[in-house]
Amino acid sequence: MNSNLFIVIAASAVFYGTPLLFAAMGEVLTERSGVLNLGVEGMMLLGAVAASYISNTASGPGWLVLVLCLLGAMGAAACGALIHAFAVITLRVNQTVSGLALTILAGGAGLSSYLANIWELKDPATHQFGKLDVFGLKDLPILGPVIFHQTMLTYLSWVLVVASTWYLFRTRAGLGLRAVGESPQTADSMGINVVRTRYTHTLVGGMFAGIAGAAYSLTIVPTWVDGMTSGAGWIAIALVIFGFWRPDLTMVGAYLFGALQGLAPTLQARGVDIPSAVLKSLPYLVTVVVLVIMSSGSAKRRLGAPAALGIPYEREER
Amino acid sequence: MAGVTRDETAGILIPAVSMRGITKRFPGVVANDSVDFEVRAGEVHALLGENGAGKSTLSNILAGIYRPDEGQLFLNGKLVELNSPRSAIEHGIGMVHQHFRLVQTFSVAENVALGLPGRFSKREAEDRVAALGERFGLPVDPRALIWQLSVGEQQRVEILKSLEREARVLILDEPTAVLTPPEAEVLFETLRTMAAEGRSVIFISHKLDEVMAVSDRVTVLRDATDVGVVEVSETTPRELARLMVGRDVVFNAEDTLNRATVDWERVVLQTVDLRANDDRGNPALNGVSLELHAGEILGVCGVSGNGQRELAEAICASRGRTGGQVLVDGETTIGKDPREMIRRRVSHIPEDRLHTGLAASVSIEDNLVLKAYRAHPFSLGPLLRRRSIRSNAIQLVEQFGVKAPGTSTSTRLLSGGNVQKVLLAREFSSDPVAVVAASPTRGLDVGSIETVRHLLLEAARRGVGVLLITEDLEEALALSDRILVMYEGRVAGEVSRDEADLTELGLLMGGRSAVGSGAQQTGGSES
Repeated sequence: MNSNLFIVIAASAVFYGTPLLFAAMGEVLTERSGVLNLGVEGMMLLGAVAASYISNTASGPGWLVLVLCLLGAMGAAACGALIHAFAVITLRVNQTVSGLALTILAGGAGLSSYLANIWELKDPATHQFGKLDVFGLKDLPILGPVIFHQTMLTYLSWVLVVASTWYLFRTRAGLGLRAVGESPQTADSMGINVVRTRYTHTLVGGMFAGIAGAAYSLTIVPTWVDGMTSGAGWIAIALVIFGFWRPDLTMVGAYLFGALQGLAPTLQARGVDIPSAVLKSLPYLVTVVVLVIMSSGSAKRRLGAPAALGIPYEREER
Repeated sequence: MAGVTRDETAGILIPAVSMRGITKRFPGVVANDSVDFEVRAGEVHALLGENGAGKSTLSNILAGIYRPDEGQLFLNGKLVELNSPRSAIEHGIGMVHQHFRLVQTFSVAENVALGLPGRFSKREAEDRVAALGERFGLPVDPRALIWQLSVGEQQRVEILKSLEREARVLILDEPTAVLTPPEAEVLFETLRTMAAEGRSVIFISHKLDEVMAVSDRVTVLRDATDVGVVEVSETTPRELARLMVGRDVVFNAEDTLNRATVDWERVVLQTVDLRANDDRGNPALNGVSLELHAGEILGVCGVSGNGQRELAEAICASRGRTGGQVLVDGETTIGKDPREMIRRRVSHIPEDRLHTGLAASVSIEDNLVLKAYRAHPFSLGPLLRRRSIRSNAIQLVEQFGVKAPGTSTSTRLLSGGNVQKVLLAREFSSDPVAVVAASPTRGLDVGSIETVRHLLLEAARRGVGVLLITEDLEEALALSDRILVMYEGRVAGEVSRDEADLTELGLLMGGRSAVGSGAQQTGGSES
């Protein structure tokens, strides 16, 4: 019964949706502070290459190496985020331009490929996040493969969804964060440090993207391929809108897109006769449609975009 | 300061706030020039001055938002340095900004709790706000979202924010600008209560009556510096006005100006059954017919939102007409393109002068030729002639008394009155036959209001027809030859200046038919 097509797709939706969820959740936190970071794709690739390198070179117990991989991925992606943060928060550069530049700098034919080249990353990652059998329940009907037969990263993402939802809507820091994204003038006049809030959450967003990258290079692909995230960063940005800037709803969107991504390999394996190119392009097609619909200013406002998203803040402006 | 040692029995009174030699420069402008300012505990102290005199800058410095380039600040006699809003809050200074600092999508309680230390509990925050509101007589539903509240209620939230932080000094920047008169009365009561509890209340305004009504003392700012401190009990509005403007102010234009003689034979602008929709596409102008004569000032009054804005825009073709006709000098117009009306020499002074009337970040000199740059003498083929654009600007700035650091300054940096003067300079210099002026004095200070009214009267004397759309009845009565009242997109009545009185106009504005002369005119047409 667990090989039922629907269940297989549901399980693969969670599997493929996990990196999307990490990246989108990070972007939710960043955008909630009023910073738009279009560099997600680039940051993911930095994370992916760092994780891949550490996995192949570090020695020690498997779990320790994997922890190091994650820390390395988070650190590498956060470096990318720091560039963006400095440019848009301190120098008040246009956020769209800076984010695009970051993706170009770090992305497919950029820094990440260069690093992979000098590190000679060719072999499959030595240490990978394998699928676990939680409580020995992986054969449980229906729920088994979907919930109890996933990687450690999936379970980490669930913890983070709960934690970040709670952070955003139940804590004082979260209240301050949302105020900075909605009206930095107000937050500032209430004694909240706008610059620090924006830096912190841009960096945290970068770290989440780094984990997303590691999910690609250590589970989904899991050999280094240049530009291996193949646009997942852009899907993540669309997911933020799709999820109304809320981590919990973003999770739903991530698994929806995960299902679209999982569709191609699953159907092919079963010999269903739909051209694979059509299936593979589905998530991107949906992304484009979502972005076009949401790109009008009034739609953004209605959907609950932070009011100050993309606008630099300067206290002494007249 | 004379007031400091007044109470001999208490020894030397130390002022709660003392700012000395405060100077603040912005690119191209000195906003505060060595200003001294003192406030005692337990008083309502008004900071009076025209727009651009430096009131907001001074209070932003006290609130820790701007850092002064020079000068010192003493709180209760101790020298302090405020380098952020946070440090101002910690020193017990709270500010209610003119444009509220509230997060629209947050609840009242969340806005008040913002930035406070400790664990956040929604329930607790709501209880605190309710208790606070009760204590100070500022009732507001703590669970309501800001955007659901009226401006008066939003202002209450702003005050509650400062009270929650136990502010000893409360600054209110033009708090009455957004309030109805009864709301303002309630606010004044609150301010007096807070002062009676020993707080210092700084009340910023350019309205003399309010300053007289609510404050104990007044510091007057003019041209970025302080020009006097007076006790309200020992002064008169006229003296305050003189201090503020630097000369005697004529309150009623009628007294001193020769009125134009209207050429009743020549109709310069006429509308026939004019119709238009509002921004949402609902009918807002339901058949307005009017005639504007050469040399006439025709006042159009009404509660805002009764089609006045649509009338101005439909005439000037910046809004599509859905029916009816507009005739200039007896010739019909097509009304598809504002440029047609410019060619017909109909000038438009829109309500939103900075954003609709001018290009805010463009320089003064370029704004002044926005209607004329396509032709000689400002361009030659596809090229602009910068030299003649500049000399045009220098001449107009001089002629209209625009105060600006230079003609290449962007208009955004000017004060409200000077922005309006730039706009008027452009519109009047194009030799119009008719001028459509929408709320031309709204939000301006006394001196600028006087200048603008003067310019309108002068234009009429030259034979220009002026359609003056205003919510200010006194203004309409002082300037107009005839007054039309609009109600729900129609002309509800017409009165001539000699017969008009405020009560009758008020009735017409409220949609009732007036008693007396206006009554038989009620209906769609008037001509």
